[in-house]
Amino acid sequence: MTMTIMFAVLFYFAAGLFAVGLIYRITSYARIPAPLKIPTTPAPRTRFGVVMLMAREVFLFQSLFKASLWTWLFSAMFHAGLALVLLRHIRYFVNPVWAWVEFIQPFGIYAGFLMVAGLLGLWARRVLVDRVRYISTPSDHLMLALLIGIGVSGLIMKFITHTDIVAIKSFFMGLMSFSINPLPTDAMIYTHLSLIALLLIIFPFSKLLHAPGLFFSPSRNQVENSRDIRHISPWAAKLESGK
Amino acid sequence: MAIEIKAPPYRVFNIAPAIKPGAMENSKTFLANDKIQAGLGFPGQEVEDWHDRAIGKMGELLGKYRSLKVYMDACVHCGACSDKCHYFLGTGDPKNMPVARQDLMRSVYRRYFTLPGKIFPKLVGARDLTRDVLNEWYNYFHQCSECRRCSVFCPYGIDTAEITMAAREILDAAGYGQKYSNEIIGKVHVIGNNLGLPKAALIDTLEGLEEDVKEDTGLDIRFPLDVKGAEVLLITPSADFFAEPHIDSLIGYGKVFHSAGISWTLSSMASEAGNFGIFIGNYEQMRKVALRIRQAALELGVKRIVVGECGHAWRVAYSFWNTLIGVGDGANDPYAIELQKQLDHRYKQPMHICELTWDLAERKIITFDKEANDKHIITFHDSCNVARGSGMGDMYGGQFEIPRNIVKAVANHFHEMPDGTTHEQTFCCGGGGGLLTDDLLDIRVKGSLPRMEALQHVVDAHGVNFMACICAICKSQFTKVLPYYGFDRRLIGGVHQLVSNAIKLGDK
Ligand code: HEM
Ligand code: HEM
Ligand code: SF4
Ligand code: SF4
Repeated sequence: MTMTIMFAVLFYFAAGLFAVGLIYRITSYARIPAPLKIPTTPAPRTRFGVVMLMAREVFLFQSLFKASLWTWLFSAMFHAGLALVLLRHIRYFVNPVWAWVEFIQPFGIYAGFLMVAGLLGLWARRVLVDRVRYISTPSDHLMLALLIGIGVSGLIMKFITHTDIVAIKSFFMGLMSFSINPLPTDAMIYTHLSLIALLLIIFPFSKLLHAPGLFFSPSRNQVENSRDIRHISPWAAKLESGK
Repeated sequence: MAIEIKAPPYRVFNIAPAIKPGAMENSKTFLANDKIQAGLGFPGQEVEDWHDRAIGKMGELLGKYRSLKVYMDACVHCGACSDKCHYFLGTGDPKNMPVARQDLMRSVYRRYFTLPGKIFPKLVGARDLTRDVLNEWYNYFHQCSECRRCSVFCPYGIDTAEITMAAREILDAAGYGQKYSNEIIGKVHVIGNNLGLPKAALIDTLEGLEEDVKEDTGLDIRFPLDVKGAEVLLITPSADFFAEPHIDSLIGYGKVFHSAGISWTLSSMASEAGNFGIFIGNYEQMRKVALRIRQAALELGVKRIVVGECGHAWRVAYSFWNTLIGVGDGANDPYAIELQKQLDHRYKQPMHICELTWDLAERKIITFDKEANDKHIITFHDSCNVARGSGMGDMYGGQFEIPRNIVKAVANHFHEMPDGTTHEQTFCCGGGGGLLTDDLLDIRVKGSLPRMEALQHVVDAHGVNFMACICAICKSQFTKVLPYYGFDRRLIGGVHQLVSNAIKLGDK
C-alpha cells in the first residue's frame, strides 16, 4: 500500500508539472512576437498551404527525409511506434474502451518492437557517426536510454512476466477521480511507471519541446506573403511612432 | 598572413568529411575599433561589464524573437543538418556544423535561462559565458554566411542564420563588433552607400558610363540620377557602379529601361541596395539603412521601386521592406499608407529587376538576339538569399524559374549544375553574410568548395564557361576565389550582363 501511495503522489506531481510546464512553454512561445517574415522559401503562399506543409512535417518528416534517409527511417519507426503504443494505452484511461482503440490493440503490440528498434537505430547513429557523436550531450544518450527502458519494461510485461492490467487500470481510473485503488506489486510495473513519471517531469524542460516547438517555428509556419500584407510586431511598431 | 591560403582538394566521394576538431579555431575577422562601434551606438572593445551586457542582450532577444527562443529549445541533436553547411564541408571543423554552431549559443542559453542547465550543467552541455566562450562565438559566428541551407533540412526548420544574427547582436552589445560589416553600415548612414561613394563621384561615374555605352551602341542610353517624377526608382548595390563584372549588369538594366521606354532614376541618397544590418542581426540598424530608401521614394515621387541584382538586398526588400519601411501592399496604418498610396499597385512593390525584365520579355516589349550570347555556355548559380529568403513572381519557386527563363530567352546554351546544389538546396558562394572581407579569405576559399565541385562537374560535362547569378556578393566572391580552383575569374557574371549582350535596341 505504501508503494501505491507513493506512485499516486508521484503521478499527481509528474502530471501536474507536465501540464503546467507545457502550458507555460506554449503560451510563452505564442506570446513572443516574430517581428520579421522569415519562412524558408519557397514557402506556401496561403494559410491552407502552411497547414498542409505542417501536416507533411508532422506525419511524414518531410525535411528530415530530404536530409538523411537513415535518420528518417529510424525516426519514423520510433515515432510511429510510439504513437501507436500511446493510442493503445488509452484503454487504461477510459471505460468503456472506445471501439477504435479496441481495433488497434493487435497492431499496438508490434508497435512496441518498432519503437524500440527505431530507438536502437537512432542510438547507433549517435554513437557511430562521428558528426552526431560530436554534438551529443550526456542528456541525449540518457533520453534514448529512458525511452528504451520504458519500451523494454513494457514489452517484458506484455510478453514475459505479465501483469494485472485490470488492477493497473483501476489504479489510474481511480487517480482520475481522486480515489486510490491498489497497484499490483510487480517490479516491472514499478519500473515502467517510474520511468514514465520521469519522462513527464523532464518533458517541459528538455529537447522533447521539439514537439510543440515545430508548430511555432517561424521558418515553417509563416505564409510567404510579405509583399502583399504588412507584417509588424508591437515592439517594432513603437519604433515608428517614436520617430 | 603566415599560412598560404589554398583550395581544399575536391572530395572523391560526395560525402561529408571526417571531423577535424579545431581546424578553423584561429579564423578571426578584424574587430571593429571604438570609433566604428560608436558610429552605430555600440560600446567599444574594453567594456567592463561585457558579461552582464551579453547575458542581458540575450535575454532581451529571447523575448523579442520567437525564432530564437523556439530554436534554442527545439533542437534534438538529430544531426540532420550536420553535413549541410558548405563551411563544414570545406573545412571539416565540427564547429562549422550548423547544430554545433547553434550549440555555441545553446550551451550558454541552457546555463542562464533553463532549469536543468542551472542545476546540472554538465548533463545538458551547459557552460558559463567566459571571455574564451565569447572569443569562440566571435570566430565561429563569423564563419556562417547566414545562407539558411541548414534550415531546409532541419525537421523543425531551425535556421542557424537567425542564431548567428542574434549572436552577432549580442557580440556587438558586448563591444565585439566586426570591422567589415560595422564600418560599412557606418558609411551608409553617413554617405548613403557601402562603398562611401559621394554624390559627385556618382555623377561622374554615371556620366562616364553613358559615354561608354554610347561608344558601344551608338545610342543615348541614360543612367539618370535624382530625377523627380520618374516612374521607377532603381535601388541597386553600389558595386554595380564600378566593380567588374557588376557594371555590365547595370548597363543591362539601363538597356532594358531604355528599350521598354520606362522612365527611371537612381537616387544619390539611397544609392545602395545592400543592407548589412541584416548581417549583424540588428533590427534598428537594418531599419535605419532601409529608411533612406523610403525617404528617397517619397521625395522623388516614384511609382515603382525596383531592386537590382543583389541577394541579401532582395531578401531585405522582398521579405522585410514592407515591415521595416512600408514598401509593399496591404498596410492599414498611417505610416505605411503614406508611401503605399503613392506607389502603383498594378505592379508588385518592390519588384526585382528580373521580374521586370521577364515580364517585358513575355509581353514582347523587349526582344533578344540569342546568338549574341553564343560564345557563352551558361550555368546558373542560385544565390542563397534569393533562393531561401525571398521569392519572385506570383508562383511558388518563381525565384528559380524567372532568372532561368531570362537566361534561356537570351542565350542558346544552358546547363544545370547537379541536383542538390541548386534551387532551394543551393550552396552559398562562401562569401555572404558579412564574410566578404580579405581577413576571412581562408574560410571563403574553403567554403566555396561544394559550389566549385558542382561547377567543375558542368565544366567537364558541357564545357560551361559562364556562371550567371543575381548577387553582387556572389560576383565579388567568385571573382576572388575562382582562380584558387583553377578557373578564370571572368567565368562569373550577372544575368543582366547576358541580357545586355542580347537585347535588341534601336528604334521600335
Ligand atoms: C508532434 C509530434 C512530434 C514530431 C513531429 C516529432 C518529430 C521528431 C523528429 C523529426 C525528430 C528528429 C529525428 C530523430 O532524431 O529521431 C525527433 C526526435 C526525437 N523525438 Fe520526436 N516528434 C514528436 C513527438 C515526440 C514525442 C511525444 C516524444 C517523446 C516522448 C519524442 C521523442 C523524441 C526523441 C527522444 C528524439 C531524439 C532521438 C534521437 O536522440 O536521435 N518525439 N522527433
Ligand atoms: C501512465 C501511463 C502508462 C501506463 C499505466 C502503462 C502501462 C503499461 C502496461 C500495463 C503495459 C503492459 C501491457 C500488457 O501486458 O498487455 C504496458 C506496455 C507497454 N508500454 Fe506502457 N504504460 C504507460 C505509459 C507508457 C508510455 C508513455 C510509453 C512510451 C513512451 C509506454 C510504452 C509501452 C510499451 C512499448 C509497452 C509494450 C507494448 C504494449 O503492450 O503496447 N507506456 N504499459
Ligand atoms: S546558415 Fe548557412 S553558413 Fe550558416 S550554418 Fe547554416 S548552412 Fe552554414
Ligand atoms: S537538424 Fe535541426 S534538430 Fe537536427 S540537429 Fe540540426 S538543428 Fe538540431
